[in-house]
Amino acid sequence: MQRQNRHILLGLILFLAAFPAVVLNVESISHYLDIMIFVGIYSLIAMGLSLLMGYAGQISLGHAAFFGIGAYSSGILNSSLSMSPWLAMAVGVLITATVAYVVGVPSLKLKGHYLAMATLGFGMIVSIFLNEEVELTGGPSGFSDISGLSIAGLSLDSELRYYILVWSIVLVILVFSLNIIDSRIGRALRSLHDSEVAADAMGIETARYKVAIFVLSAVYASIAGSLYTHYMGFLSPSSFDLFFSIKLVMMVVVGGMHSIWGALLGTWLLTFLGNEWLHVFQDFDILVYGAILLAIVMFLPEGLVGILGKVRSLLRLKKEART
Amino acid sequence: MEKISLTGQIIQYLFTGVTVGSIYALVGLGFNIIYNVTEIINFAQGEFVMLGGLLMVFCSTTLHLALPVAFVLAVAMVTLVGALMERLTINPLKNATVLTLIIVTIAVSILLKGIAMFVWGKDPYVLPPFSGNKPIFLMGAAVQTQTLWVLGLTLAVVVLMTFFFKKTRYGKAMLACADNSEAARLVGIKVKTMVLISFALSAAIGAVAGAAVTPISLMEYDRGALLALKGFGAAVLGGLGSFYGAVVAGLLLGVIESFCAGFVSSGYKDAVALLVLLLVLFLKPSGLFGNVEASKIKKF
Repeated sequence: MQRQNRHILLGLILFLAAFPAVVLNVESISHYLDIMIFVGIYSLIAMGLSLLMGYAGQISLGHAAFFGIGAYSSGILNSSLSMSPWLAMAVGVLITATVAYVVGVPSLKLKGHYLAMATLGFGMIVSIFLNEEVELTGGPSGFSDISGLSIAGLSLDSELRYYILVWSIVLVILVFSLNIIDSRIGRALRSLHDSEVAADAMGIETARYKVAIFVLSAVYASIAGSLYTHYMGFLSPSSFDLFFSIKLVMMVVVGGMHSIWGALLGTWLLTFLGNEWLHVFQDFDILVYGAILLAIVMFLPEGLVGILGKVRSLLRLKKEART
Repeated sequence: MEKISLTGQIIQYLFTGVTVGSIYALVGLGFNIIYNVTEIINFAQGEFVMLGGLLMVFCSTTLHLALPVAFVLAVAMVTLVGALMERLTINPLKNATVLTLIIVTIAVSILLKGIAMFVWGKDPYVLPPFSGNKPIFLMGAAVQTQTLWVLGLTLAVVVLMTFFFKKTRYGKAMLACADNSEAARLVGIKVKTMVLISFALSAAIGAVAGAAVTPISLMEYDRGALLALKGFGAAVLGGLGSFYGAVVAGLLLGVIESFCAGFVSSGYKDAVALLVLLLVLFLKPSGLFGNVEASKIKKF
């Protein structure tokens, strides 16, 4: 891992450790811990999407579907078949990976707009399925009685415990993803982003890498779905619709498409916006989302981390000017 | 109540299918116009339809304008929205990647959807049929007169567009951009103007579709995405870029969907159209009438 990444990682861990201590002691923001759990869950999906979009250059407008498949597999297996939550989560990952592979192989032969539309269509089909298969999924009214998680007899029933679990998983997957980016695979992906033809010519099996990263990002989403299910205790299809897929893309784009840190930043910002700061707008938050997304792509194509990068290079220039 | 005969049922479904199919065809045409000039797929295409419908309701029910006036005004306003979209979001972008273009048009679609919700709220709006509620009976099936309006308007749009692209200077210039924008620029065609016209034109066509279909299916703020996806299905099934293909494929898609809703399951009717879209994308992305060679040259 690069030194710079190690520093940011250390900073993040310190922040995460201090966060509950601060938040739980201030009455007016004590519910931030709950929001932070969702930030963690969504971060998992956003990191996967960042690998897919920012590094491999492939778009998916259907990632809410993988989140949904993970969530519903966990929920149904746990509630209807009384399978243990952790096993249900693992089976959910297997199911999601299989679906992602089956959809990914033909989809990723498509480029640009075609891929966007194909993934969009896939996401909508899954959403329709969740609404229509009432006997299996509970239909539009959803599904409850899903048990919470526990580790070695310790039930994760408090927000603080769940916060620790979720963010531990996020950190593990973050380190894993940072290592992927720095590895041969990461370099192959980046070359693929710049020019698929050139990558092919150099002997990189572009098709295999693209599908692999697609499946991996779906697995991240599936784990996130399971964590979501066991935290919420109930599911409804509206949490996995097209708008959520687009919000996921927004998280990655707003934070900065070409950096995994950007995905985390974007998720953090948009989740707090959605759950807290945009509440004054009530239903009209969608208007604000559209405006933010448009402003970012038009004026800040590098996303929010792009600003940080610019500030840094500016500071460095000043320093050099002085010496 | 008298039981409707099977033939009556089939004719009924056929008419329903052709009606919604016309809408898909019009949305597909809108996609094709922009795609042909710019190779952009405009994800806000469905929002033009939604705006067309809601503005038609506004002009005729709220402002009490006469039907033809309301129709022209609604279409004109959406055309303006299309032109503004191009000037404010597409035109300023330089050397944008496909990913950026996709996200920009998605952002515009969210924005338009949000504005529509802000203005009209979440409830669906009704609009009385253009020429009364009395259905026409045809071989045991009741056909709404609005269906004929939809078909007529679709036909009018197709005829007008054919005329525009084959006979007028601007139409020919746009086709030249589609063929090779660099060469078009060299012979003095203002490519940027053509891009502007393509957005305005496809917005207008979307608005016609929205205004025509609202009396049949109601209209609300979040209808755009599904309409866009199915319209894109029509455009791809017909071969992206082919006007004639989009019309045939749109009608076909509508009929398949309607028969599925009638004979199999109404809940899955939307999924069927999407499944057809996926199958075409996976098996034959050049579509039924598309030119395989030409689609290989296209950048995206």
